[in-house]
Amino acid sequence: MTMRSPLARVLGHGSAKEGVHHWWVQRLTSVALVPLTVWFVVSVLSLPSLDHATVSAWVGQLWTAVFLILFVLTAAWHSQLGVQVVVEDYVHGSGTKTLALSLVTFFHVVVAVAGVLAVLKVALGGAP
Amino acid sequence: MTERPLSPHITVYRMYRYTLLTSLLNRATGLVLSAGLILLVYWLVAIASGPAAYRGAHELLSRGVLKAVYGILLAAFSYHLFAGIRHLIWDTGHGLERAQSKRSAALVAIASILLFAGLAWWALHSGAHAP
Repeated sequence: MTMRSPLARVLGHGSAKEGVHHWWVQRLTSVALVPLTVWFVVSVLSLPSLDHATVSAWVGQLWTAVFLILFVLTAAWHSQLGVQVVVEDYVHGSGTKTLALSLVTFFHVVVAVAGVLAVLKVALGGAP
Repeated sequence: MTERPLSPHITVYRMYRYTLLTSLLNRATGLVLSAGLILLVYWLVAIASGPAAYRGAHELLSRGVLKAVYGILLAAFSYHLFAGIRHLIWDTGHGLERAQSKRSAALVAIASILLFAGLAWWALHSGAHAP
């Protein structure tokens, strides 16, 4: 008879449905990206001009800003999950792998923050 | 670390199999789109930096080399979109039979080529992007 509690026996030994988290978020972001990417591509191609006045007026519209922020965040998140798997599959050696995964994460956070802040700046009228 | 057998031993697969090709393309186009994210954010930051800064960025982004890059991005988007939808349908447990999978691979190829052709035509003919 073991003196270990049932909790101690299972702790750290696997999934409490956390194993599917990566998979699930990748699916969730991909579903969201279907309308968001189509909206973005169609909107940019529909712009009458790409000069500063036109694009900043477009970004400054409330719903454009909302969808742009959602697009940047969702795309960065989905990209992070995807690139992470590629690194895990093809980069070997634990040191190199950890370094590569860290850089991938930092890169995506920077991209997401810069993108969101840029949109907010234009939308809130802070752009010169 | 002990050497253990690893799963994706890419060299043992027959490269001409459509299963490998479609999967590899989905990854490759995903990576291309991740790189495209840098261009998107660079553009947004340029817009937020004002007309003077934007002019320089616009000049850079309008270069001929980058037009080829936009073509690659549109192609990658067209493929990744439909290949991703195919994966989402698989996730519901449907379409996994060999014949169905073969048919959906062909459908993805046709749909992505058509979408890319349409988007490329639009990009070349819309006023904003004419040189």
